[in-house]
Amino acid sequence: MVQLALPKNSRVQKGRHHPAPAGATKVKTFKVYRYDPETSENPRWDTYDVDVDACGPMVLDVLIHIKNTMDPTLAFRRSCREGVCGSCAMNVGGRNTLACTHGHTETPGADCQISPLPSMPVLKDLIPDLSHFYAQYASIEPWLHTTSPEPQGEWLQSPEDREKIDGLYECILCACCTTSCPSYWWNGEKYLGPATLLHAYRWLIDSRDEATGDRLDALEDPFKLYRCHTIMNCAQVCPKGLNPAKAIAEVKKMLADRIV
Amino acid sequence: MIDAERPLSPHIQVWRWHLTMFTSIAHRASGAGLYVGALILAGWAVALGAGPAAYDGYMHLLGSPLGKLVMFLLTLGVFYHLANGIRHLIWDTGKGLDVKSANFSGVVAIAFAIVATLVIWGIAITTGAA
Repeated sequence: MVQLALPKNSRVQKGRHHPAPAGATKVKTFKVYRYDPETSENPRWDTYDVDVDACGPMVLDVLIHIKNTMDPTLAFRRSCREGVCGSCAMNVGGRNTLACTHGHTETPGADCQISPLPSMPVLKDLIPDLSHFYAQYASIEPWLHTTSPEPQGEWLQSPEDREKIDGLYECILCACCTTSCPSYWWNGEKYLGPATLLHAYRWLIDSRDEATGDRLDALEDPFKLYRCHTIMNCAQVCPKGLNPAKAIAEVKKMLADRIV
Repeated sequence: MIDAERPLSPHIQVWRWHLTMFTSIAHRASGAGLYVGALILAGWAVALGAGPAAYDGYMHLLGSPLGKLVMFLLTLGVFYHLANGIRHLIWDTGKGLDVKSANFSGVVAIAFAIVATLVIWGIAITTGAA
């Protein structure tokens, strides 16, 4: 269902202001979404005047700097800090991205606003609950399905067939694309969303996989697949430069080809 | 995604729009508008069948400033929906889906709608039809 306004308990209130430390040389304001599950209060926007001369260039550097020097209560996920793990996916300046590979000067405007991945239940501050997202990924059975007898060594594939999964296998499941999709915002319970569908296509075109028909059967559903209306937010935001919209179009083509 | 206890993170409230997001919602909006346009066209046919007095009245209504505004927006809607519909047909073949091409074809669809609408209304005004 299209629901433009946030539920009552989710409306973001004005929050606290954390001024810049004395002697700051270059101050930039960061507006950060805060939610504390241990109180019954609504989420709030806290503002931090950060001395950006004192920290690194990426949004994650700024968040770590805030946590270390200004406000240890700030919670966010991070791990690899090089765009490989996908933990620090969040909304920065109105677009989903990885905080670790996104420079805070890349977003337009004097201030920088940071919130959790959109339209997800928030556990704390910038940490969304991704359980449903992972369950949807698991639902497409993202592993090799075979009926042929197992080969002595590996399942072989020609270089040409291997090339077909380029632009798909690189996905790190950060959920930037899925939570950027308005169709997913309105129908996320039933619509699988861009990341899961990109993976569905990754297994569909894998020459070694022998369950193509079953996989297509599972996707032939008005909600799971066809809620994609080519809004393209997924491809616009993917921090790895992948194109889920194109993958979804290819799945739709495979389903059409099967009927013709 | 609704979890009664957990707050829902802001979505459309914080999103910085993309062109392709705009062309998508505009396609939906123009499609809905064209439903109304079809009713107006049906009304015109009914008025035509109901005799000269009814037809004159209906044409007077369409010729009023508000009627002209509605007709102008419908013209824009028809041309936009047409151009963007062709864009969707091309996408259905799996082509033009990279971000650069999608942004470009979006600009083309919007530009076509504006230019075609102005040309049609230019012709209508110079020939005395509007």
